[in-house]
Amino acid sequence: MATERPISPEARSILNAHISRRGVLAGVGGLGGAGLLAACGGSSSKSSSGNSKVVRWGNWPLYLDYDSKTKKYPTLEKFMTQTGLTAKYFEDYNDNDEFFGKVQAQLKLGQDIGYDVVTPTDWMAARWIRLGYSQKFDVANVPNKVNILDSLAAPSYDPQREATLTWQGIMAGFGWNTQKNPKGIHTLDDLFSPQNKGKIVVLTEMRDTIGIILLAQGVDITKVTETQFMNAVDFMAKKIADGWIRGVKGNEYAQDLTSGDATAVIGWSGDMFILSSENAGKFDFAIPESGGTISGDNLMIPSTASADGKKNAEALINYYYDPTVAAEVAAYVNYVCPVKGAQAAMEKVDPKLVNSEYIFPSDKTASRLHIFRSLTPAEETKWAEAFQKAQGN
Amino acid sequence: MSLPKVRVPYLLLFPGFAFLFTFFILPIINLAQTSTQTPIKGGDTGQYQQSFAFSNYIHAFTENKEQFARSFVFATLSTLLALAIAYPLAYAIAFKSGKFKNILLVLVVAPFFTSFLLRTIAWKQILGEEGFVVPGLRSLHIIGQQTTLTSTSFAVVAGMTYNFLPFMTLPLYASLERIDPRTIEAAGDLYANGITAFRRVTVPLSMPGVVAGTLLTFIPAAGDYVNAAILGSPTSKMVGNVIESRYFKIVDYPTAAALSFTLMAAILILVTLYIRKAGTEELV
Repeated sequence: MATERPISPEARSILNAHISRRGVLAGVGGLGGAGLLAACGGSSSKSSSGNSKVVRWGNWPLYLDYDSKTKKYPTLEKFMTQTGLTAKYFEDYNDNDEFFGKVQAQLKLGQDIGYDVVTPTDWMAARWIRLGYSQKFDVANVPNKVNILDSLAAPSYDPQREATLTWQGIMAGFGWNTQKNPKGIHTLDDLFSPQNKGKIVVLTEMRDTIGIILLAQGVDITKVTETQFMNAVDFMAKKIADGWIRGVKGNEYAQDLTSGDATAVIGWSGDMFILSSENAGKFDFAIPESGGTISGDNLMIPSTASADGKKNAEALINYYYDPTVAAEVAAYVNYVCPVKGAQAAMEKVDPKLVNSEYIFPSDKTASRLHIFRSLTPAEETKWAEAFQKAQGN
Repeated sequence: MSLPKVRVPYLLLFPGFAFLFTFFILPIINLAQTSTQTPIKGGDTGQYQQSFAFSNYIHAFTENKEQFARSFVFATLSTLLALAIAYPLAYAIAFKSGKFKNILLVLVVAPFFTSFLLRTIAWKQILGEEGFVVPGLRSLHIIGQQTTLTSTSFAVVAGMTYNFLPFMTLPLYASLERIDPRTIEAAGDLYANGITAFRRVTVPLSMPGVVAGTLLTFIPAAGDYVNAAILGSPTSKMVGNVIESRYFKIVDYPTAAALSFTLMAAILILVTLYIRKAGTEELV
């Protein structure tokens, strides 16, 4: 655990990146406001092409080290001092679809969207690449690119990592209440054992929940077929109908665990880290024996960034792939650090975190993490529809 | 000389019209256009083109009949519950509260000082396993040891009733408060007992409040999705939840738009029938 937390851990467990990102609240605010705006063509943003010393970065809330005393982002401050560039940091990437809806029209017209770096999740990054809305890195400007972990180096949507680099990795696995599950949860059968009936919550993130079910069914999720997928969705629908699964939720599952409404979940590593450190020994997390999923949020340069904007964005991305800088960020966010050498660098940043399985999964853990294959647009719609229907939507 | 006078009403109407045109009429037109679109062949997720596919409506409705039905059942239940709770409350405030009247009115409105979302999330804590309600009811053997209250239809209806209660209470209070107590006295003079006087005098005179209150509760309740999202389970989803999921998760804008229109039409029809039955004069 980090020695000093910028905001109270309790508040953070509520506001934690995932919570504000994937929680239902983002949807609530978005449906009214952003929804209509998106439908009407989105808001306009001013170009800053006149200023060549600026880099504008749109990221998820609470996803960068923050010092509540100085009200600044220490690593970002250092970047500005080192490079002489001005970084404008916006914590306004709240939801993949919502953000996409907001900027889509401008991307299509080639108008500046107001960002030089954005941070979409894998499957959304894949969509941007497909549509030609991203720019490839100039490798000479991003020498630290080689520091990306081998396990993350070749996703199907960007096999050479030419246009994306992982910002943080998110593991999904089983989380449980240790009093109700003294032996822990390591298989799908453990999850659906009688003491958890009606108190199981799974994630709204399709690729994580169905991915874990598929892996338990012995399916390779890097090659999953539609029949296999629908089969796993039916499995989930049946578990809902039979009263095993109480809900399909974003981060509110963390609240359900603390309130006792849930005793076992399919959840995210970062959230479970916070929960277990807050409630000493009451909760635990593990990657299923049959395998867990890992996904990532990616640093990416939109097609609309100017030449200068792109160069500055590359400098920023390169900076965050420095092992020491990456370790400083990881010590704050507690998600999987995608940078090689950050573990060694963590020795100086926060020695207690050097062996954190949450930040630096061991080889044994990492070998059990899989990335869900990217879907075609037609699959994306059809599969999402099946997954939504299974949860009553 | 008279020209400026002619213009005055138009000038007064202008801000309202301009606002409603921009933020109501235009989005409605946009929504109508979206609702008949179909995916572009070979296009990416979220790319649609106009093809006047009115079959979207049939598809949207038949696929989600269950959630539509649930929306109207839940909205009706919470409206009736709110009426049952609010009527005695408004009656007490209007006739029996004496010097506490203003304090009580402030208390009715007080929940509005905190966010709708926070209040709904608070309900989740109250009804949760480690709240005081569930263990209390269990020890009194009112509910079984395994029964839970969150993630149930009960929690959704309870949450909606609570959230819309002030919308029911305030119009009821306003119309009850206007009743001249002498009319009730007069009923007594004509040998009506308390119950008859209430039934024949108070209730008819408070009808405008009942109509306004039920409309203000029913309409938002039918379209609500926050309570079902936070307090419900996959088997208690309402049509609002489907629209949200269609829009954000499946990126199926046409179905989301068609569902919105269908919901709007259904509410409009029900409300029209209701007002016809109740009589428009009751609204004022």
